[in-house]
Amino acid sequence: MELTRDEVMRIAQLARIKLTEEEVTSLASQLSNILGHIAAMQEVDTSGVPISASILPVTNVMREDAAEPSLPIDEALANTPEREDNFARVKAVLE
Amino acid sequence: MAATKKKTPETAPWQWTIHEAADQLRQKKISSVELTQAHFERIRAVDSSVKAFLTLLEDSALAEARNADEKIAKGGNLSPLTGIPLGIKDVVVTKGIRTTAGSRFLEHFIPPYDATVMTKLRSSGAVFLGKLNMDEFAMGSSTENSAYGPTHNPWDLTRVPGGSSGGSSACVAAGEAMGSLGSDTGGSIRQPAALTNTVGLKPTYGRVSRFGLIAFASSLDQIGPFARDARDCAYLLETIAGYDPHDSTSVNVPVPNYAAELTGDIKDMKIGLPKEYFVDGAEPGVTKAVEEAIAVYKKLGAKFVDISLPHTKYGLPCYYIIAPAEASANLSRYDGIKYGLSLHETAKDLEDVYKSTRAEGFGPEVRRRIMIGAYALSSGYYDAFYKRAQQVRTLIKKDFDDAFGKCDIILTPTSPTTAFKIGDRTSDPYSMYLADLFTIPANLAGICGISIPGGFSEGLPVGVQLLGNTFAESDILRAADAFERVTDFHTQMADLSASAVKPKRKKSS
Repeated sequence: MELTRDEVMRIAQLARIKLTEEEVTSLASQLSNILGHIAAMQEVDTSGVPISASILPVTNVMREDAAEPSLPIDEALANTPEREDNFARVKAVLE
Repeated sequence: MAATKKKTPETAPWQWTIHEAADQLRQKKISSVELTQAHFERIRAVDSSVKAFLTLLEDSALAEARNADEKIAKGGNLSPLTGIPLGIKDVVVTKGIRTTAGSRFLEHFIPPYDATVMTKLRSSGAVFLGKLNMDEFAMGSSTENSAYGPTHNPWDLTRVPGGSSGGSSACVAAGEAMGSLGSDTGGSIRQPAALTNTVGLKPTYGRVSRFGLIAFASSLDQIGPFARDARDCAYLLETIAGYDPHDSTSVNVPVPNYAAELTGDIKDMKIGLPKEYFVDGAEPGVTKAVEEAIAVYKKLGAKFVDISLPHTKYGLPCYYIIAPAEASANLSRYDGIKYGLSLHETAKDLEDVYKSTRAEGFGPEVRRRIMIGAYALSSGYYDAFYKRAQQVRTLIKKDFDDAFGKCDIILTPTSPTTAFKIGDRTSDPYSMYLADLFTIPANLAGICGISIPGGFSEGLPVGVQLLGNTFAESDILRAADAFERVTDFHTQMADLSASAVKPKRKKSS
């Protein structure tokens, strides 16, 4: 299984990680190697086998829709790099 | 280095087990403040070479110890952990205390709340010595992926202590803490325990709340204890286990009094030996120690049955789709906007804030896993990778369901090798993944497992893994404790030259 440089750049875009030219080259080889090992899974006959997203026998755990005090805003935003009033500030999305 | 039979009558407090220390505290032969100070002295003596701690909490620990001493003086109903100095893996959030997850991304992150396990330990009166080193975001098997440098194995400082909970294993092995918490997604508690001669337990998925555990792979992650024997693990587990309304995947099953289940009686317990775990690949010294452990269990009256877990060899490939897929989603929260590292001042637009911050904040292994996950989940590849991995997971779970129809617990080596040299596996990521070959299937199946000291190979510890069915922690703890009653591997501590005291604990009980 060989990943091309274009594929590595496509994945990096999906993952929102900036890569240098050298990193694209080394990741192409490292990820290809890992995916080569993972390919062993393709030989398993999975026809008719249900998926396991979790091993728990529970689904859709709900709680009462009751209002409760939450983390105070100042505490919640204490680690925020750029804050304005009660919000995390970001660069303009639409210019 | 390896086991000699000599027992020393006098040992230093940092060599005691938690239950030995709890007795001494109750008899007022030592105070929690003295016990805590003894551990900080030990940390000062050895941690410059072991490097288990990322953050030390001496002032708050001594305050907690004074509170514990007041509780003890009042008497009444005390937890076995009251006044006991512990270390916490730096992936468990601690209110007001920097929590890094071993990542540059969270170098200055101060959590605004405590994880549920911390809340529970605090109310037991435990003392927190500090936060422990780990592979970045718990991705790794050696702690070499920590942004803060590797932890060193106390048994041989040129070797790794395992990972990702390498700080948690090393601090207990080196006498720097009496017990610790780690997290296990594919073996990150059991493998480091095996490499450092400590006892490490991965609870059943859902047994312990993950609220406040920095997420790696949410369907696999569990918090669990490290200690120097099964009894101490039982005390730690019964304190941190239980349903938590803050974690919808914690399960509302009553928490047994695990310590009370350590009867020493495992006569007629049926132990399964899966043939797939006893094929090529394991080091001869590991195989020999495991065979000797089997002989010990036979003497104790256990019955052995041959079992098969036919999808074992697909565990690793299955895991390396599911865990990175979940990680790629979980780690999308590190965006340079909400908390943690941000390159917003130099980035040219919003997209660039994300991309440059993530390039700067994540180390190479974390990047690799995020990218594998993003690839496996991407359009056109989802069915071939992620869906198929979830189907294989079903088959692996079914293997264990079938096996537990024939046996009570399963015995295997914990890791195919003893501790490897720092630097040996960093150039080939997949060779590092192989360290978790025997531990990964339990996470995929959600069952519990424990690694116990099973002997030594060329002076390095060998771990024996006991796997139990879901919520059958009592079974593996009882089997671990029964083994410890007739062996002394777990009483051996590493001979760190920095120590003035001969590091050999007396045999407990």
